Amino acid sequence: MYVAVKGGEAAIRNAHALLAQRRRGDASVPEIGLDQITGQLSLAVDRVMAEGSLYDRELAALAIKQARGDLIEAIFLARAFRTTLPRFGASVPVDTGAMRVRRRISATFKDLPGGQVLGPTFDYTHRLLDERLATQAGDDADRTAAETTTSARPNVPPLPPAGEGWGGGTAPTPDASPAGEIPAPSLPSSDRTRLLPSSTPETEAGNIRLRSGRGFTGARVHTSGEAAEAPAGPMPRVTDLLGDEGLIEPAPADDGTPPRDLTREPLSFPADRPLRLQALARGDEGFLLALGYSTQRGYARTHPFVGEIRFGEVEVSLHAEELGFAVPLGEISVTECQSVNQFKGSATQPPQFTRGYGLVFGQLERKAMSMALVDRSLRFAELGEEKSAPAQDEEFVLSHCDNVQATGFVEHLKLPHYVDFQAELDLIRRMRAEHAAEAEAQAPDVAEAPHKEAAE
Amino acid sequence: MTALARTASGMPAITYNFAYLDEQTKRMIRRAILKAIAIPGYQVPFASREMPMPYGWGTGGVQVTAAILGANDVLKVIDQGSDDTTNAVAIRSFFETTAGVATTTRTRDATIIQTRHRIPEAPLRAGQVIVYQVPIPEPLRFLEPRETETRRLHALSDYGLMQVKLYEDIARHGHIATTYAYPVKVAGRYVMDPSPIPKFDNPKMDDSPALQLFGAGREKRIYAIPPYTRVVSLDFEDHPFAVQAFAEPCALCGAKGVYLDEVILDDKGGRMFVCSDTDHCATRQAEGHTGSMSAPYGEGQP
Amino acid sequence: MAALAPALSAGFADPVHDAQRAFAALMRAMAEPARLVPLASALAPPAPLSPEMAAAALALLDYETPVYLDATLAAVPDVAAFLRFHTGAPLVTDPAAARFALMGDGAGLPDFARFAQGEPDYPDRSATLIVQVARMDEQSEGALVLEGPGIKGRRTFSAAPLPADFGRRLAANRALYPLGIDLILCAPGLVAGLPRTLAPHTQD
Repeated sequence: MYVAVKGGEAAIRNAHALLAQRRRGDASVPEIGLDQITGQLSLAVDRVMAEGSLYDRELAALAIKQARGDLIEAIFLARAFRTTLPRFGASVPVDTGAMRVRRRISATFKDLPGGQVLGPTFDYTHRLLDERLATQAGDDADRTAAETTTSARPNVPPLPPAGEGWGGGTAPTPDASPAGEIPAPSLPSSDRTRLLPSSTPETEAGNIRLRSGRGFTGARVHTSGEAAEAPAGPMPRVTDLLGDEGLIEPAPADDGTPPRDLTREPLSFPADRPLRLQALARGDEGFLLALGYSTQRGYARTHPFVGEIRFGEVEVSLHAEELGFAVPLGEISVTECQSVNQFKGSATQPPQFTRGYGLVFGQLERKAMSMALVDRSLRFAELGEEKSAPAQDEEFVLSHCDNVQATGFVEHLKLPHYVDFQAELDLIRRMRAEHAAEAEAQAPDVAEAPHKEAAE
Repeated sequence: MTALARTASGMPAITYNFAYLDEQTKRMIRRAILKAIAIPGYQVPFASREMPMPYGWGTGGVQVTAAILGANDVLKVIDQGSDDTTNAVAIRSFFETTAGVATTTRTRDATIIQTRHRIPEAPLRAGQVIVYQVPIPEPLRFLEPRETETRRLHALSDYGLMQVKLYEDIARHGHIATTYAYPVKVAGRYVMDPSPIPKFDNPKMDDSPALQLFGAGREKRIYAIPPYTRVVSLDFEDHPFAVQAFAEPCALCGAKGVYLDEVILDDKGGRMFVCSDTDHCATRQAEGHTGSMSAPYGEGQP
Repeated sequence: MAALAPALSAGFADPVHDAQRAFAALMRAMAEPARLVPLASALAPPAPLSPEMAAAALALLDYETPVYLDATLAAVPDVAAFLRFHTGAPLVTDPAAARFALMGDGAGLPDFARFAQGEPDYPDRSATLIVQVARMDEQSEGALVLEGPGIKGRRTFSAAPLPADFGRRLAANRALYPLGIDLILCAPGLVAGLPRTLAPHTQD
C-alpha cells in the first residue's frame, strides 16, 4: 500500500517560517536597522541600486536585509518592485561634467584642471584586517584617524577629506572652502523621489537616460559660469580635453532618435550602443569584471587607459511639458569611467584614441571600469577590428550579463524534473538492453550513452 | 500598478493590480498573444517583465496567464502533472492572492490550465486555454546558439539542421535520443518547441479543441497553437514518431496508456509506477478503480 | 488640453475587467477564425465609431501602438479625440506606419498591401485591421467558405458591407503567409477574427 506524498502547501509555509527565523538570527542581538545598512554597508546598497536599476537607498537596504545579505537576491527584490512602479517621464540626460565630484582620478595625466581627488577609496589601503572595527571602539579610532569626518546626514556617502589628492604636491582641492565641505542634498528622505525612467521610447542605463552623444562624453568643457552649480569648481572631463585637440574620436552626435528601452521591449540583435550600455549598466558586476579582465589578458585586447574615473552627485531633472523647462528632481550619486583606447586609424579615419564608457549608480568603480572595457570591445565592428573573443560578442555578452535572469535559470534546475527524467530513464534502459543483446550476439562493441545537453 | 504613497515610516505602502501586472503590460502581452495565434508556432518577442518569482520558474507562463485571466475564470496549475508540487502550489497561490480567482485541481472544471512539463490526461475541451511554461522556446537553440541565425532559419523555413540532428541520433543510437521537448511542426510551417513535456504528450497537441499558449519569460517569447491545428512531431519514414509505452499500469488506479512517475520504494530495487497526472489518478480512484498498491479510497488522504 | 471637451464620452467603467472581457472575446475570435463571438460593449463612443470597435480599441491600444483611421473615422474629430484621450495611441496618416488600423467603412477597405505586412524574420510586425460592418452571419448566400488553423473542417462566414473581391483579397493575403495582415471584424454585439492563416474556398 502506498500513499503519494502530499502537502506542498504546508511544506512551503514551514520553509518560509524557518527562513524568517534564520534571517533574524540570534534574537538576543539587536536587529539591524536600515539606517545601519545604508550608512555602514553603503557599497552593498550601491550595488543593489545599480543592478536593481532602482535608485532608492532605503529600499535597497530593505532588500539587503530581507535577502539576508545575498546581494543577487536583493537585486531581484528591487527589480520585482521596480517593475510595478508607474512611470512619469524620462529625465533629461544627466551631465556628469557638472558633477559635484567626491572623487576623480585620471591615470592618463599627472595633473589636470580640477586636479586629482582621491576621495573615499580602498586604493592604497593596506588590506590588513582592522581589529579596532571588531568592537564599537573601532568607530572612535576611525574618527581620530581622519582629519575630517563625514556628517551624520543619512543617505549621503562620506565626503572626501580636505585636500586629499595627489599631483606632485600641488594637490588641487575640489574646493577652496574650508574642509572641502560640499553641501549635501537637503531633501528629507521621505520626500526623495524614486527615480524611474519614463515609459518608452526613452531609455535608461540603470535609470539614467543615455542619449547617444550627450551623457557619453559630448558636453563641452564647462565655463566657470556654468560650473557655479558644481561647488567643486571646473573639472572638465579628460575626454573633453583630449577632444579639444582632436586626439580622441568625437562622441557620437545626438540625432534625436529616442533610444530604445531595454525594460520595455525585448532585446533584439544587433543592439545599438545605447541599448548595450543599458544592459551593461544593470549587468552583473562579476560577469563584467571577468569579461573586462579577459580583454586585458588578450582576448580582444583594446589597450585601455583609464582616462578618468569620477564619482559624485549629479542633478536629475525632468522636462515639464506644461512649464517648458526642466525641473530638478534631486541628486543621485554615480560613478563614471571613461576609458581611452588605442586605435590605429583606418582608410577614412586618422589614428586617434577611442572611447569606452561606464556609468553606474553609487560608488562602484570596479563595475564602471569593467563596463567601459566591455563597451569598448563590443564596438569592434564599427572600428573595423577583428572579432575574436567572447567580450566582443554582443549576443553572448548581453544575453548573459543579467544576474537576475542567470540566477533564475541556473537555480530552476532545483525544480522537479522527474517527468522528463523518467523519459530519459526509459530511453537509457531500452538502449542498454539493446546494447546487451547485441553484445551477446556478437563481439562486444562499445556504444556511448546518449548525451543530452541540459535539463530544461 | 503599485501605489506610491509612503507610510509614516517613509516606506511605500504597496498594493498591486488585479493579477499583479499593470494594464499597459497586459495590453502589450495581449497584443503579442493575438499575433502569436495568427502565426501558429512562431515565437513573438514580447517585453517580458520582471516578476516576483525567478526567471526559469514560470515567469512566462505566469505573465500569459495574468494577461488573459478574468474574474470568472477557474484556474488550475500543474507541475510534472501534479497540482501539489511545490512550484504549482506557489504559482496557484500567487494568483489566489493577486487576482482572487477560483482555483481547481479538476482538469474538466478549469477554464485556464497553467502547466509545466505535462499535458493533462483528460482530453481538453473547446473553450479551455492551456498555458505552458517554457524555458527555451527556440527548438533550434541547442543546434545553433545565435538568435540572429535561428531567426533566419525560421524565416527561410530551413529546418534541415533539426532533421540532421534527429537522424544522427538514429545513426548513432538506433533511436531518436530526444525524449522530451520533442520538436513539432505547426500548421505545416513553423517548427516549434512544445516546452519540455515528454514526447508522450506530443500527440495531445494535435487538433486539440483547446487554445494552447506558450510563455517564455526569460527568453521573452510568446507563441501559440490555435484549436484544431495540425501539430506533427518530426520523424522519418523509416523511423516514425513513437511514444513511450509503460509496461505496467498505475499502481494506484490501474490506468493504462497514461504517463507514469517512477517512485523508488527502498534501496533494494523496489519501485512502483503511478500516474503523473494526480487529478486523473484521484478521479479514477474516486470512481472505484484500483491498482496493485491501492489503499482503499479515502484512507491516508490528508 | 482644450480638446478635452466635457462632452468626451466615457471609457470603460471598470478599466481592468472591461478590458479583460473585450480581450477575451478578441482572443477567442482570433483563435477560432470566422466564428461569431459575442462582445457586449457598454461604451457610447462618438459616431461613427461603434461600441464594439471602441471596446476593441480600448482593450488593445496605447502609446506603443500607432493607429491609422480610415477616411470615415478621420472625418469626425471627436473620434480621434476619444481614442487619443482613452488610449494615448499616436494617430498616423501613413497606413504603413500603423500597427492597428480602424476602418469605419467596410466596403471601402483599401488594398491590404498598403499596411505593414511583417518581415520574414518578424512576421508579427504586421498590421491588424479592425473593420466595422453592419452585419455578420454564418450562412448568407455568397458566404465565404474558410479553412485554416482554429477551424475544425470548414466554416462559412458572411459579413456586409465588404468589398466585392473580399474573398480574393483574403486569398492573396494567405498567399503571403507567414507575412500578411490580420483582420478583426466588428458588428453590433459581435466580433470575428480573420487572421492571415485563413484560406478561402469559393463556393461551388
